[in-house]
Amino acid sequence: MVRRITTYLKDPVKAAPLAVFRILFGCLMMFATLRFVSGNWVEKYYIAPAFHFKYFGFEFVTTLGYYTYILYAITFVAALGITIGYRYRLSCILFFLTFTYSELIDKTYYLNHYYFVSLIGFLLIFLPANSHFSLDAFRNPKMAYSKIPRYNILVIQLMLCIVYFYAGLAKANSDWLLRAMPLQIWLPSRDYLPIIGDFFREEWMHYVMSWCGMLYDLSIPFLLFYKRTRLFAFGLVLIFHVLTRILFPIGVFPYVMICSTLIFFDASFHEKIIDILRKALRLRGKLKDTTTLFWIPNAKNRFLAGLFIVFFTFQLLFPFRYLLYPDELFWTEEGYRFSWRVMLTEKGGYVQYKIVNPENGNWFYVDHSKFLTDYQEKQLRTQADFILEFAHFLEKHFQDRGIKDPEVYVDSYIALNGRLSQRYIDPNVDLTKINDSWKHKDWILPFNDKIYGF
Amino acid sequence: MKLKLYKLIVPFTFILLGIIVWSCSDDDTDGSGSNNDDFNRQVMLTNWADNIIVPSYVAFSADVDALKVASDAFELSPSQDNLNALRTAWEEAYISWQSVSMFNIGPAETAFFRSFVNTYPTNSNSIDNNIASGNYNLQDINLNDAQGFPALDYLLYGLALTDAEILEFYTSNSNSSNYIAYLSEVVDRIDAITDQVVSAWQGNYRDTFVNNDGASSNSSTNSLVNDWMEYYERFFRNGKIGFPAGVFSEGNLEAEKVEAFYRRDLSKTLCLEALDALQAFFRGRIFNGTNNGESLESYLDFLNTMKDGDDLSALINDQFNNSRLAIQSLDDNFYQQIISDNNAMLAAFEELQANVVLLKSDMFSALSIAVEFNSGDGD
Repeated sequence: MVRRITTYLKDPVKAAPLAVFRILFGCLMMFATLRFVSGNWVEKYYIAPAFHFKYFGFEFVTTLGYYTYILYAITFVAALGITIGYRYRLSCILFFLTFTYSELIDKTYYLNHYYFVSLIGFLLIFLPANSHFSLDAFRNPKMAYSKIPRYNILVIQLMLCIVYFYAGLAKANSDWLLRAMPLQIWLPSRDYLPIIGDFFREEWMHYVMSWCGMLYDLSIPFLLFYKRTRLFAFGLVLIFHVLTRILFPIGVFPYVMICSTLIFFDASFHEKIIDILRKALRLRGKLKDTTTLFWIPNAKNRFLAGLFIVFFTFQLLFPFRYLLYPDELFWTEEGYRFSWRVMLTEKGGYVQYKIVNPENGNWFYVDHSKFLTDYQEKQLRTQADFILEFAHFLEKHFQDRGIKDPEVYVDSYIALNGRLSQRYIDPNVDLTKINDSWKHKDWILPFNDKIYGF
Repeated sequence: MKLKLYKLIVPFTFILLGIIVWSCSDDDTDGSGSNNDDFNRQVMLTNWADNIIVPSYVAFSADVDALKVASDAFELSPSQDNLNALRTAWEEAYISWQSVSMFNIGPAETAFFRSFVNTYPTNSNSIDNNIASGNYNLQDINLNDAQGFPALDYLLYGLALTDAEILEFYTSNSNSSNYIAYLSEVVDRIDAITDQVVSAWQGNYRDTFVNNDGASSNSSTNSLVNDWMEYYERFFRNGKIGFPAGVFSEGNLEAEKVEAFYRRDLSKTLCLEALDALQAFFRGRIFNGTNNGESLESYLDFLNTMKDGDDLSALINDQFNNSRLAIQSLDDNFYQQIISDNNAMLAAFEELQANVVLLKSDMFSALSIAVEFNSGDGD
């Protein structure tokens, strides 16, 4: 059995699907980088804010100020390198490092699809996506292969399957399925859209969309894997992502997913794409890659095998870490990020910081807008780790302003998925006495409702 | 193998459809979260426009006209009697303003109505300089703190300690003509911008407002409720009480930031007027009437939102009433109150604060109104 699996993984298959994936991914990343810069988001997200919320364990990643533009320039050039397959491995490493660095500067801007891009960037470092139809292969025929071990393509496919399937599992909860939340809040606000807009006022439509969304996410990996259902599945992919693009501001992510799922198609399809590209670019001369890259049990390949096993074990287990925490995941958000939980909650929130000077009992409120952007404040309202981090920032700030040992309390409420609001953080806890950790935050008050499911 | 999988598509589709049908027929059994939202927002918008907003504007406009008449009379003859009449007209118009300040939507928003009419504390240095030089343009947004009611407050009460000395600025002062001119230009500016806003509402904007009855973030309901909430927090709670009481200034009292700083015993009156207007809007109270039309209150009642066993709308009204009691217990003169006992101001602030949770978190959530803000991508 193990032998059959390893043979299957080692089996040489055509390299074209990976080459096309490389080109599409590179192009989209160039576009995404340009879009980010031209939207003035580098300035707005990384340069203007006076304070940045750090990822736990990545506090050393600081903003580079105006040099952040250089970071983005490198990301762009690296994405170009990936696209044309020029100094491919170096390009991948640079892309992964610069892209991930800028994501790590401030967790305010965490999005699952940025995490996905980072992961794909990481995986590409170890995949021979430049072995076919690339500048590297053209310049150095030793690097050119028409066939590569199958696992190289499976790695990308598996990553996509995890994203979809886990996103589907996360939707299998009572709020999503039985209350049509939060779509019931979001869809009516899109009622101005032509044709479909009218339906968004109807409650049944919210249920249809919720259920279809979950079933789509859960089934699409399988539908894409089997040849018979593949075309149908791709049709669904198109409909689903175009619809999400229309409904929600999710940037280039729909296009990334649409392009990525093409990797499930047969090599002949990708060879056609490459043919078209060659003609369009007027590339003459033959592809020099006629050889096959065989998997041999050398140290490098063994190391890679180990790496992928560790990587995917982590990917499969990490999203379930929420099980180790008490109380409701949607409420505490402990184990929420990096788990493909997308569009699951709508939180109305309210938070007000109160600083107390224990020496004289004086207290005052903090005007957050002096320190935070609207975006940061929105994230602050609903997430405990943000609330704690900002409390520590305020402690430091008011120490510098002459209060020896300020106490920081918060008055905070959250309305989760259409419920009435409930107090979130224990108002009697001085947050300066608490440090963030992997442990459960027992200063979050318990959620007084129950959500069933994943 | 392949054939079997192909066959699976049909049952799969049926299961999918079956689940959809089942899930749709299921919604009646789950009363807790599903808002069967058949509330007619247009009826509410019509009540807001025809019974509250436009009548409030018309009343305010009439008071501004009276202010203009009084100011013209004072301009012709700057006597003590005419000063008194002008002050009374200013006071009435300022009180009347509290009923329209919250409607920062449409023409009011584009004209920066609130900013031009009631930015305080007023910049007395800027006013003095403008008068001295005679060189200014009140349409300049940078001069928003040198005009409007707060500037009149300064010009009518703040130039000197006694009335006799104040009158001298308009009579015997070497620059008296500039003082007279500035005073009348400030009044004219309020008058002009008010006319602009009122005539827009009486013209096409009323229909635009009422017909934009959807639930998108640009719909009238969502926009106005967001604006209303911003007014409640920033301009009402913080502006009238929080900022002067030092709530946001690290405990340093900033009593000089009270509304109507130079005519200090008016600050409580203005605050209570604003509170009444906010609650009247929440309840859909017909302007100067006793009946309520469709409103946020009736919308909440329709959705029958319950919190801790009570009606959310009742909780909100109770909190408005608690706030009123706390404010009524304050000195007429907020400046004096802050100097002598700021804790009472802070207590009033806490009461106003308590309603923010009910309004911004619970009411917004119940009505499915998203708190507006612009950002980049989501996921």
